[in-house]
Amino acid sequence: MGILKFLYKPQNELEKDGRNAEPSVGEKEYTCPNCHRTLVESTLENDSWVCTCGYHFRIGARKRLQMMTDSDSFGELFSSVVTDDPLSFPGYQQKLSKARNASGESESVITGTATIDGCRVAVFAMSPDFMMGSMGTATGERITRLFEYATEHSLPVVGWTVSGGARMQEGLLSLMQMAKTSGAVLRHSQEGLLYITVLTDPTTGGVTASFAMEGDIIMAEPGATVGFAGRRVVEQTTMESLPRDFQTSEFILEHGFADLIVPRKDEKKIIADLLHMHGGNHDSI
Amino acid sequence: MTAYDRVRTARNTSRPTAQDYIAAMFTDFIELHGDRRYRDDEAIIGGIAYLKGKPVTVIGIEKGHSTIERMRRSFGAPEPEGYRKALRLMKQAEKFHRPVILFVDTSGAFCGIGAEERGQGEAIAENLMEMMGLKTPELSILIGEGGSGGALALAVSDRVWMLENAVYSVISPEGCASILYKDAAEAPKAAESLRLTAADAKSMGIAERVISEEGLATPAFYKQLADEVAAEIEILEHTEDLLERRYQRFRAFGRYEEEKK
Repeated sequence: MGILKFLYKPQNELEKDGRNAEPSVGEKEYTCPNCHRTLVESTLENDSWVCTCGYHFRIGARKRLQMMTDSDSFGELFSSVVTDDPLSFPGYQQKLSKARNASGESESVITGTATIDGCRVAVFAMSPDFMMGSMGTATGERITRLFEYATEHSLPVVGWTVSGGARMQEGLLSLMQMAKTSGAVLRHSQEGLLYITVLTDPTTGGVTASFAMEGDIIMAEPGATVGFAGRRVVEQTTMESLPRDFQTSEFILEHGFADLIVPRKDEKKIIADLLHMHGGNHDSI
Repeated sequence: MTAYDRVRTARNTSRPTAQDYIAAMFTDFIELHGDRRYRDDEAIIGGIAYLKGKPVTVIGIEKGHSTIERMRRSFGAPEPEGYRKALRLMKQAEKFHRPVILFVDTSGAFCGIGAEERGQGEAIAENLMEMMGLKTPELSILIGEGGSGGALALAVSDRVWMLENAVYSVISPEGCASILYKDAAEAPKAAESLRLTAADAKSMGIAERVISEEGLATPAFYKQLADEVAAEIEILEHTEDLLERRYQRFRAFGRYEEEKK
């Protein structure tokens, strides 16, 4: 498919690629960070970007939604909401343009509606390629609008989190997004609507301490890092050696903070089952 | 005064702590302990007291004074149990129609293995969501450090006030400097960029009022603050759509442009 990308026009919004995606004739190879096996792109694509050793590769927001929602069902919303560097923070503009180039996205989250096994849902997916999914004001605004939209249209929300936390470069205004999004989640919940979060690698900081942990059902991908304080920070502060599985999905499941761990290939099916158990939602918007 | 001077002032161990405010502004404080789940976190104190004759729930992050007390209180860094205790007392206040007054002073939520095992992120997240829906007036006063999510977990309130030299930030200036400049010694520079002073917070609408520190810790200072808090609580108790206004207060934060397609 590599060379065809030049001729190929995206059929829907999920088929847009990162703006800097390298077109190559030969197949791109990836090394598994866990078992160091070399894998070719087509194999990974077939295996939902999971290595034979079980390692779940980080994947971009659009690929994520393409994998998890019914084909051609995703319609993006609120993509026009972008940050305007409210604090004029040193170096932020350059970081933003780098992130935009690397991810092909204008913010660290994409939001919209889709169907999953025929069930209408509002969805969001965060992007590891965009400043490691950090939450700035536009991220918070998109998520808040999505929950408000879902509340208004009586839709469940399914969201995939990836985040290093609140975005330093937008200072206190980033911090306030934790409260703002939590308010929108609460209103959605008060209407009796379902919210499923899927914690993916890594989910930390201010996102863990807000909408990631506020789901009715909290799923996690195997081996994902999930925590509040960063591992290195904990290590430096406590001067203790940390358990090997510290702040993994398995760790938070054991301690009671996730409902279930689901391998990526089973994710869509489990989410679909849960949606059906909560009444599905086959009405058109 | 530079931003970093204010950070240093906010951290000064001789500053009054939450218990000083509680002792001076309220009467008959009865401390209530524990989260009814796991333990009592002494980094947070809370209970019921009278504010000018009116029963209120008062909660504060307490750093302590002597070294021994400061250690016992984890230097004002609450663990999940502290946040859960605070939430328990807030729900109790809602049940008995008492307003909630919160004193915030923390470098951040406690960082440790146990805190992670017991769901620090979940504890903060739950407070944010529950405070947003709490059916009683809430007023938070940042008296020293407002360290990120650990401070916000007690500051999703109808009003947020800050002492003149209190600071409120998404990350410590040292943490920011070590990421940005690979050097924690650049903290003063980072402090400027982060816009973390009380005046900055007020200009962004994140704090409604900056409290002058003239006469800090004198009886006159506490009396005036108690008068102002009581007057504000009175206003909040007669505010219709309190929850809607609280929602909109936080809903408004964030400047972004609508990108032209």
